[in-house]
Amino acid sequence: MIELQGLTKRYGDKTAVDHLTFTVRPGVVTGFLGPNGAGKSTTMRMLLGLDTPTSGDVRIDGRHYAQLSEPLKHIGALLDAKAIHGGRTAYNHLLCIAQSNRIPAHRVSEVLETVGLTAVARKRSKGFSLGMGQRLGIAAALLGDPEILMFDEPVNGLDPEGIHWIRNLMKGLAAQGRTVFVSSHLMSEMALTAEHLIVIGRGRLLADTSMADFIEKNSRSYVRVRTPQPERFKDVLTAAGHTVVTTGDGSFEITGTEAAQLGELAAQHQLVLHELSPQRASLEEAFMQLTAESVEYHAHGAVTPGAPPPMPVAPGAQQWQQPPAAPPAQPGQPPQQQPGGQQWGSQWRNPGSGKGR
Amino acid sequence: MAAPSAVLQSEWTKIKSVRSTIWTLALAFIVTVALGAVICLVFNNTWDDLSTEDQATFDPTNTAFFGMTLGQLALIVFGVLVMSSEYSTGMIRTSLAAVPQRGAFYTSKVAVAGVLALVVGMATSFVVFFLGQALLGSHKAQIGDPGVLRAVVGAGLYMTLLVLLCVGAAAMLRSPMLGLGILMPFFFLVSPILSAVPKVKKVAHYFPDQAGQKIMQVVPSTDDHVSYGPWGGIAIMAVWVAAALLGGYVVLRQRDA
Repeated sequence: MIELQGLTKRYGDKTAVDHLTFTVRPGVVTGFLGPNGAGKSTTMRMLLGLDTPTSGDVRIDGRHYAQLSEPLKHIGALLDAKAIHGGRTAYNHLLCIAQSNRIPAHRVSEVLETVGLTAVARKRSKGFSLGMGQRLGIAAALLGDPEILMFDEPVNGLDPEGIHWIRNLMKGLAAQGRTVFVSSHLMSEMALTAEHLIVIGRGRLLADTSMADFIEKNSRSYVRVRTPQPERFKDVLTAAGHTVVTTGDGSFEITGTEAAQLGELAAQHQLVLHELSPQRASLEEAFMQLTAESVEYHAHGAVTPGAPPPMPVAPGAQQWQQPPAAPPAQPGQPPQQQPGGQQWGSQWRNPGSGKGR
Repeated sequence: MAAPSAVLQSEWTKIKSVRSTIWTLALAFIVTVALGAVICLVFNNTWDDLSTEDQATFDPTNTAFFGMTLGQLALIVFGVLVMSSEYSTGMIRTSLAAVPQRGAFYTSKVAVAGVLALVVGMATSFVVFFLGQALLGSHKAQIGDPGVLRAVVGAGLYMTLLVLLCVGAAAMLRSPMLGLGILMPFFFLVSPILSAVPKVKKVAHYFPDQAGQKIMQVVPSTDDHVSYGPWGGIAIMAVWVAAALLGGYVVLRQRDA
């Protein structure tokens, strides 16, 4: 259990973390989400006693980190994969950490086995890839067999196989009843692993909710219809009691109904349809909307206000995908200014985010 | 509190599992011994060319330690790297997450580096003394002569204190570039040069290396009249070391890792 109480960190007049209060509970994977520079890493460093909070309090199992005599037996953390002396072998790196907390040396071999680094145990970590570095960092976190595990952006730099491995590892750890606290700036990643969600932006708490609630509240679904007989169809829809929104490119967006019903309605009135597709705003869009005002680093000028464009969902397809390159305009707002091919969240993937300090 | 023995053991594993430890300490030993031996050999072979005054004030013990001028540079690198590599690699966050009691972490690191430096320093000092005297032939000093054992043990102490000074300074500077960039030129150039400049040298005599090296002299040099003796000199150096270590601790304690 991790408890934050009004945790605040200021650097000069810049507030990195602003009165954060939340609790991370055992038995589930808690996602810690926010754009780059939102204060996730700073929060995690304060949790480990590396940075001193300006005010507020953070406790691990009711105690301050510095009060833990052998902290690695309570909490294991992966902060940044490159926090390793490259001249030391993987084995010696883990051994010196283990010794400081009186963890038996055989644990070193065990965790190396767990993360799949046994073959390179006697190699200097200098030559490790980013993925191997992440695995070594995770091995260090697992050393003391702690009840609480904390990972800062663990999937960064991993290949798909590595990402898959980390997801399963985190789920497995939570299933054993452990507290798993994992940060990310990717909603899509969190949606696959986390059961609980804490969202921050500019150091402030934006949401503290279960993933199910978040999806329920934030994924707006509607049906898009295109027809060569827009006037007649609009009348039919209005008569049937549906609210119709006409978009900039002439298609209709109808909420609160199913595609099948609309198809049948069109058939009854012998109307021609060119498109009939269920749409769902992705969680990433919901997340972007939530944090839009608190995004710290913009790639170019102002961020587009309001919700980004929805994307089509083929029935049964993966929900989290990249939005289409050329988004259609939104109802009730001017056409999107985003240039084609702009990826979601690209304005957050910006250097100078305070990482690697 | 983390168990002190556990943290010491961890720091010992750290220091012996990086190559820079072996390289810097071996280099300090080899350079000091080899250079000291060569200088003793040269003095022995050119003895007749020396002026009578130089012959009268010849200090065979101190001569054997001349190689330390160069050898100490490797010790500086060792002392700086022991501490600052934690920062340059980011390892400091892993280390402090494992041992959040920063005083225990720091003390252990200083102790391990200090003990290692003491062992290497004493070995270097005794080896270079006996080798140097053997090469000086008839002009040699005996270990039993007045002040000689003190000078030899003192040379080992000097090397230990120098390493500790660098550890403390590196803890304040938190970067190998800064640490080496300041300490190497200071001990190799600035301090020796200033101690040769009239008037300025009155101040320079209180620099840690100038004061500490006094203990290696058996025959006092005629041209300087410093106000402290051999033990006074090493004490002055020890004060510098204590200040550097304390400063390093304050920085480590106060600043975010």
